Amino acid sequence: MIKFDNVRYNHPDGTNALDNISLDIPEESITAIVGNNGAGKTTLVKHINGLLKPSTGTVSIKNEDTRNSSVAELSRNVGMVFQNANHQLFADTVKNEILFGLNNFGFNEEFIRERYEFVIELFKLRKYEDISPLKLSGGEKKRVCLASVLAWNPEILILDEPTVGQDELQKTVLLKFINQLHSNKKTVIVISHDIEFLWRLQPNIVTMSDGKIIEIGNSESIFKNQELMEQVGIIPPQIIKIFEGLKIKDEIPLSFEESCKVIKNLRN
Amino acid sequence: MSVKELIRFNNFSFRYNSRDDKILEDINLSIKSNEITVLAGPTGCGKSTLLRAIVGLIPNMYEGEYTGDVIVDGIKIRDAEIKEIAKRVGFVFQNPENQIFMFSVERDIAFGLENLGLEQEIIKKRISKIMKTLNITHLAKKAPHELSDGQKQRTALAGVLAMEPKILILDEPTSLLDPKTAMEFMELINKLCKEEGMSIIIVEHRLDLVLKYADKLIVLSEGKVISDDTPENVFDYKKDIIPELSVPFSTKLYRELAKNQMKFTKPVTGVEDMIREVMK
Ligand SMILES: Nc1ncnc2c1ncn2[C@@H]1O[C@H](COP(=O)(O)OP(=O)(O)OP(=O)(O)O)[C@@H](O)[C@H]1O
Ligand SMILES: Nc1ncnc2c1ncn2[C@@H]1O[C@H](COP(=O)(O)OP(=O)(O)O)[C@@H](O)[C@H]1O
Ligand SMILES: [Mg+2]
Ligand SMILES: [Mg+2]
Repeated sequence: MIKFDNVRYNHPDGTNALDNISLDIPEESITAIVGNNGAGKTTLVKHINGLLKPSTGTVSIKNEDTRNSSVAELSRNVGMVFQNANHQLFADTVKNEILFGLNNFGFNEEFIRERYEFVIELFKLRKYEDISPLKLSGGEKKRVCLASVLAWNPEILILDEPTVGQDELQKTVLLKFINQLHSNKKTVIVISHDIEFLWRLQPNIVTMSDGKIIEIGNSESIFKNQELMEQVGIIPPQIIKIFEGLKIKDEIPLSFEESCKVIKNLRN
Repeated sequence: MSVKELIRFNNFSFRYNSRDDKILEDINLSIKSNEITVLAGPTGCGKSTLLRAIVGLIPNMYEGEYTGDVIVDGIKIRDAEIKEIAKRVGFVFQNPENQIFMFSVERDIAFGLENLGLEQEIIKKRISKIMKTLNITHLAKKAPHELSDGQKQRTALAGVLAMEPKILILDEPTSLLDPKTAMEFMELINKLCKEEGMSIIIVEHRLDLVLKYADKLIVLSEGKVISDDTPENVFDYKKDIIPELSVPFSTKLYRELAKNQMKFTKPVTGVEDMIREVMK
């Protein structure tokens, strides 16, 4: 549904940030993009909502070349939460920040009210409704950004480092919410350096380095591939390190409960 | 190296002028020198506010109601000039964009060093050394807005580390770093602490990354200190933990197994500990 075809992108200063990328992101999938700082992850996803247009090659959404639509048109279907919250926040209050998108896309009043209430509760923002988003803590700002974009319920959702500044409860809320979006047939793309979070999400993983896609696979295959991890600057989650350390290589338990059982058996 | 008191909070409270509620309330803390102290707690609980009070941004840059005292390396922050504090304390902000503002990476790192009044020769050496350490040499001539977010964070860290402060205060310094770089960074500050005697306070949610190096773990919740101990003691299975803490997977396993009668020689705070305990 999202298709990159031989895409190159050069930033204005000449930096080649995407080097011949071809990639297919299927509808209704959860995809994670991981890789070193400067690998080109943010540059890549900015092509999906049309913020950037390829220098050569094409990017298409549902067979529609992004060159033929404006960012405004694309945004209705492609919601993006930026890596740096300060680049997204502009309204005078949290309430207006969240209402902006909803009003802008011309939804009816009832839908707006319903969605507003839903996200304000979900992200625990009630007590900040009338406060300037710029006076919030880093993690709270991020929550406002997530709420604003999730409010209008786009078909495709791009989250650039959504767990930054979030505590465990918020991460769990986010995790559940992404899974729920998935069951509602949305397409979700997450960029993250937070390996423990990714392990719980179990997405399809696209690894990048130096403007190129290196490998695509499920969490287990990626996090067991030492050489690949070295190349793309990631490390395995603790669960893999522990069981590899215990010389249990083939059948690494996937969940917390299973892990407890395996260790109990080892001890006995 | 001798460990002595470095920072002290005496009945400290703070409320931002734009808010009705106190963000930090009646804080009493003693933080030691030559140690790595990790500060953790729920989003919005006051971690960054506490750091701002150590480095003097509170009360110098943020208006509000300030009671009690914060004493850092013998100076009373409320009466001290920012310049005086900056000589001893290096601070890396949560958002690197609040920190890097010169027209190139190289110039940005030079800025702080020039303010220290160092000689050009020494400045050049330190810049090239720290750029190599943090792997940003190839970005030397780039402007801040031409960097990826992780590269911005590396630059902010480089600028402060190059100044070789006696006390280093880090607000979620690895949040934008790729995992491998984040790990290397923790190794680096551990070395600075253990070998050069730097004192380090670090706010971090991903405890799996930092616990291994932490001498102390302070947990803050709703503006109050709720634990202040070694990581082992904080995570002892007999103690309660607030659900907002991102407890490392190995520690979660230990707590669950220990509650179910499995014997451990001590609380587990990392992967190596867990492997050792099970193999034994
Ligand atoms: N506006 C810009 N002008 C010039 N170069 C840029 C610009 N933005 C990014 N770059 C460069 O493009 C490359 C890819 O950057 P990008 O932001 O896509 O990386 P990323 O994978 O998102 O990294 P991170 O993990 O640090 O967020 C990097 O080498 C970066 O320095
Ligand atoms: N400049 C500010 N003005 C007013 N309130 C603020 C400001 N910065 C933070 N706050 C508020 O103070 C509380 C603690 O924030 P902060 O110390 O940044 O939290 P943490 O770093 O633990 O996430 C939050 O409720 C936040 O909204
Ligand atoms: Mg990025
Ligand atoms: Mg903070």
